[in-house]
Amino acid sequence: MVDTAISAPAVHPEPAHPAPLERPDFEIVPRRGLVLVGVAAVLLIVAIASNKLWPLTFFHVAGGAAWTIIDLFLGLVLGPIIGRMSIPARVEFTTRLMPKMVLIMPTVVTATLAAGWQLGLKTGNVFSSSPNHGWVVASYIVVGVMAVLALGLLEPANIAVLIELKKPRPRPEVIEHLMKRFIYCAGVLGLMQVATLVIMTKLASS
Amino acid sequence: MTERQLPPVTELGMASLALIVIGGIYLSAHLPRHVPLGPAIGLLAASVLLLVGNMLALSRVRDFAWDRFFEVGKWSLLAYTAIAGMIEYAFLRDHIRGGALVVLTLSLVVFAVHVPMLVGFTVARYAGADDRVAA
Repeated sequence: MVDTAISAPAVHPEPAHPAPLERPDFEIVPRRGLVLVGVAAVLLIVAIASNKLWPLTFFHVAGGAAWTIIDLFLGLVLGPIIGRMSIPARVEFTTRLMPKMVLIMPTVVTATLAAGWQLGLKTGNVFSSSPNHGWVVASYIVVGVMAVLALGLLEPANIAVLIELKKPRPRPEVIEHLMKRFIYCAGVLGLMQVATLVIMTKLASS
Repeated sequence: MTERQLPPVTELGMASLALIVIGGIYLSAHLPRHVPLGPAIGLLAASVLLLVGNMLALSRVRDFAWDRFFEVGKWSLLAYTAIAGMIEYAFLRDHIRGGALVVLTLSLVVFAVHVPMLVGFTVARYAGADDRVAA
């Protein structure tokens, strides 16, 4: 790993030589991880094409569990901890976490939603004649709110942080500002995930 | 940290995405019955208007990091075009036809253009002064 210097936040308006902080070098999109994403995508396509109950349930439940746990843990546990870390520690943590999130979140969200839709078609839950239809529509609304937040705020902030960190001298105030947006957003998504848990456990038990 | 005054691109983008999401929920909530397309078309039209308004507002910004915007935007556009293509393929495989298919396809176009625009804008607005060029 190659380390790069990063400027500390300015205490004085125009510091002549800002103290450099260390940050590890990284790839914005980890290329090796793309192989795992590709494998997951192929397995998901096979599960949907086979239209069998077990693989579809597996992808929907495993993907949904990962999505829910990551959102809850990041928003409600890690977020407040990151907020209290020193800036160098926060930058190092961000540098190591965010590239992984670029791959993990789209993969688990795609697996959950694609397998879930196919599962709903197979079980009939997505049809308006189903007794569970109201709960399914409620889940569409929750997912819709989460999608707008994730696509409009979370992902742009994630990419912008990574690009800022890639610069020869990233500005900590920009990273802090964008990370705040990321963490608040993750907190709201974590709360939305509680609603998802209520809906999905209700569907599974009826 | 002081921020420059820029048009509310993120807010308008999220509103536009919210409108097509509502349209999608409206259509899927009626499956497999026939669904009146009027409300979905209205939501899509409002979403397209917001997209066009957003593009116009952003194109008028001076002293903006356009190189950054297009550098990030083009890769995001590639990714979201691929995603939208897969979703479109799923619609066709699920035998969605006629007006509903047109509304959903156009919604995907709005999605595939607006999300990369938001990503590019967020990156470019925090670019350093060296990256900015007058429009």
